[in-house]
Amino acid sequence: MKKLGKIYLALVLLFLYVPIFVLIVFSFNESKSSSVFSGFTLDWYKRLFHNRIIISSLVNTMIIAVIASIVSTVLGTFAAIGINSMRKVPRAVVMNVTNMPIINPEIVTGVSLMLLFSFFAARMTLEFGFVTLLIAHITFDVPYVILNVMPKFNQMDPHLYEAAQDLGCSPFKAFRKVVLPEIMPGVVSGFLMAFTYSLDDFVISYFTTGSTSQTLPITIYSMTRRKVSPEINALSTLIFIAVVLVLIVKNGIQNRAFKRSGMGGN
Amino acid sequence: MKMKLKYFSAPYLVWMIVFILVPLLMIGYFALTTDSGSFTLKHVSDVGQYANIFVRSIWLSLIATAICLVVAYPVAFMLSRMEKHRQGTMLMIVMLPMWMNFLLRTYAWMTLLGNNGIINHLLGTIGLGPVKMINTSGAVVLGMVYNYLPFMILPLYSVMVKIDKSMFEAASDLGCSSAETLWRVVIPLSMPGITSGITMVFVPAISTFIISRMLGGGSNLLIGDLIEMQFLGNAYNPHLGAAISLVLMVIILVIMTVMNQFDPDDQVLM
Repeated sequence: MKKLGKIYLALVLLFLYVPIFVLIVFSFNESKSSSVFSGFTLDWYKRLFHNRIIISSLVNTMIIAVIASIVSTVLGTFAAIGINSMRKVPRAVVMNVTNMPIINPEIVTGVSLMLLFSFFAARMTLEFGFVTLLIAHITFDVPYVILNVMPKFNQMDPHLYEAAQDLGCSPFKAFRKVVLPEIMPGVVSGFLMAFTYSLDDFVISYFTTGSTSQTLPITIYSMTRRKVSPEINALSTLIFIAVVLVLIVKNGIQNRAFKRSGMGGN
Repeated sequence: MKMKLKYFSAPYLVWMIVFILVPLLMIGYFALTTDSGSFTLKHVSDVGQYANIFVRSIWLSLIATAICLVVAYPVAFMLSRMEKHRQGTMLMIVMLPMWMNFLLRTYAWMTLLGNNGIINHLLGTIGLGPVKMINTSGAVVLGMVYNYLPFMILPLYSVMVKIDKSMFEAASDLGCSSAETLWRVVIPLSMPGITSGITMVFVPAISTFIISRMLGGGSNLLIGDLIEMQFLGNAYNPHLGAAISLVLMVIILVIMTVMNQFDPDDQVLM
């Protein structure tokens, strides 16, 4: 029985990984074929690094992800603080609207923002591009920050903030010295989640971008629409390596934090 | 003077109203008006013409969700019963493909399933095929299962890991066979994971347009394709697109309400 379980698990992992490994193997293939391996080459990587569109969309993706995740972390953290001290009914209303972009299919969020931006584009000097992309990314990022920060308040004494002010702190100082340290773990995980969602997003970006500002997923999409090119395989390989590295580092940090907090080795 | 904490949320509330609430209301407005702004039900009733696409989308995403549930359930269970220090690593290995861009994962299957792809090549060497795999509805379901399987494993795992081992011992002490333990102990206790897994797979599956476009060719249009075509395609018609989006939202709302009935804790997401 145990053996059967292991075989099953191995088969599922094979199913998950084989497609990715095939991509990686064929990124070193000399010919353009995706079924016959004819010889080793690094040409596709060279081409990738000389592909202006890919490099510029990568830079663009990074800029948008950094700005969007920082802005949404600030906006979302303050929002969570405020929402937490609201009365029951307004709080429920705000949380339900906040959950909308998470529950709704991405295409609906994308289309709804596109309608809004077209409305402004027709009446003002708003152009589809960097600004609309950034607004869209912040919009779908903030709910994740709020959802990560909110639970941290359950562990916090609600009167601490007022006590700090009674003892002479300014509201800002009370916030910085009392509230912020308590909710910091939630803020950090919210930021990281927002950042990864921004990096990876295709659907919402697809509906809210213009011709002037492309993100990497959008460039990948247009590459797959044209002829199959092993450059995509090379790009996949690099992204896969980056993901593996990030996850290893993340696990390392978590394990060390675990050990330091005395919660036992994990 | 003390500053009330609830005012901290003011900037976000403005943002939320302008960029979440108003855009959603605009979908409703566009769905129910003509170009000149007068009320009409024409677009909503026009959606009926695409009933076949709706039926196909619901059907294919239900199949994909069912396959995900059946495949993921044993995986999540085995993960949750592993030794603690191995769980983290295994979970990371299972979730890792999820971190690859969705388009690249789908593209991988495009090259695998293609008429000149590696599977047909291998079949050819043993004298079989070529089999037409790409541009079929089977390929679309496969793409959905591949992309969303981890969405099913994760919620199942996080519920199952909380089930205490003594539950199984108690069940077997009281005379349950392993099948009975599964049916009467494990499944009821993992119900919240099942319902949230189903929603987390079904919602993206029913609304995708990438998977159908890359693996389904032109003959397997889904609701997502239909919406995309009304906004960015040749068939430009935002009113109809908004009406289709509205119907899609209603379908999902109905599904989620049904799912909620099965969920004792009322926690559909996360």
